[in-house]
Amino acid sequence: MLTKRIIPCLDVKDGRTVKGVNFVNLRDAGDAVELGALYAAQGADELVYLDITATIDGRSTFIELVKRVAQTINIPFTVGGGISSIADVSALLHAGADKVSINSAAVRNPDLINELSLEFGSQCIVVAIDTRYIDIENGKEHIVHTHGGRKPTDLRTIPWAKEVEDRGAGELLLTSMDTDGTKNGFALELTATISGNANIPVIASGGAGEMAHFYDVFTTGKADAGLAASIFHFREIDIPDLKAYLGDRKLPIRLTR
Amino acid sequence: MKTVIIKYNAGNVQSVMYALDRLGAGYIYTDDVTEITTADKVIFPGVGEASTTMNYLRQTGLDKLIPTLKQPVFGTCVGMQLMCRYSEENDTTCMGIFDVDVKRFPATAGMKVPHMGWNNISDYKTPLTDSIPENAFMYFVHSYAAPVCEYTVATCDYTFPFSAMLHKDNFYAAQFHCEISGNAGQQIIENFLKL
Repeated sequence: MLTKRIIPCLDVKDGRTVKGVNFVNLRDAGDAVELGALYAAQGADELVYLDITATIDGRSTFIELVKRVAQTINIPFTVGGGISSIADVSALLHAGADKVSINSAAVRNPDLINELSLEFGSQCIVVAIDTRYIDIENGKEHIVHTHGGRKPTDLRTIPWAKEVEDRGAGELLLTSMDTDGTKNGFALELTATISGNANIPVIASGGAGEMAHFYDVFTTGKADAGLAASIFHFREIDIPDLKAYLGDRKLPIRLTR
Repeated sequence: MKTVIIKYNAGNVQSVMYALDRLGAGYIYTDDVTEITTADKVIFPGVGEASTTMNYLRQTGLDKLIPTLKQPVFGTCVGMQLMCRYSEENDTTCMGIFDVDVKRFPATAGMKVPHMGWNNISDYKTPLTDSIPENAFMYFVHSYAAPVCEYTVATCDYTFPFSAMLHKDNFYAAQFHCEISGNAGQQIIENFLKL
């Protein structure tokens, strides 16, 4: 049975993980490769590496990192952050990334989604959508945001999700800026609406604080995968415990122990 | 031992090379006929679309060469599909090593296409799964699949039961991506190299 995926996300700056991590058994907690390998060994189903470097030098460092990750780990991983061209994607895939995630560039130039999926195949093109529920002229609406969720666009989230699928995205990474960082749970209703409309997998992100939140997002939220960062980095939730918890509750889960 | 990864217009095969590196297995990445025919093991990877990749194989004559190979050949993902008779993906005639037609997953409520993620394989009948526990999870990404047939040596289920692995004579194939299927996937590659 196709299983629900658990995906830790690692923010990387200048080749190192940014968010403080609390793994005593790691030689170097900032080593993005070592941390990824640990998650893979613990049963993570995929990894996401997000490059938050703003400089050109940082970008080449990131490609080197992608190469080391691909050499080391034997599960799929997605890379994202500042990707805006076919050349960017080509470099990252050739370094060994399995998928790339595009965000702001897709909003700026939606045709890029079509171009990338034709060039590299839909299966490796993830479109990330950062969304926030905000006041608009006639009430409140889910609106796509860019720049790390700070800048609203003119796009409504639900039709935008459908459009990126129609343009050839292979997967959606939906982050609710309303729930992100709250630890109060994923945005269940919005995730369910988008995943229910979509014929491509939806990764839910933002708000995970306890194991039950993953259960909720896979059931009520209809998500195909759940992504989180700090709760894994700070060991508030251990991946093997989380997977056992979900398996005990009869969700299809890849148990590795 | 000489292992060749067949070079053609398939997508990214970097992770296949890294998987061989992790096993300490050397390889040559080539489309050279002599190199391929003199290899001890041949890996035929694949990421891409059936008609485009098949056209390329025809232009280079690899479509005639591959079915005549005598050493163990291992096709993965689209590589496996190209070893079948026909694919519904853009109405493509394939190499016909396995006498089975590749079909698109039907539109089914609640079942997204592509089939993407970890799914379990069962009913092993191949040395490639030696020492792998029954119902092991492998990583799949595909919209087309070969139904269960006389060459099926491992099955998987997504909207219909399909061939996770095929085997006929010296030809082996897997629909999933061994190279990113964790330790179980790595074991399959290792088992192939040990044949």
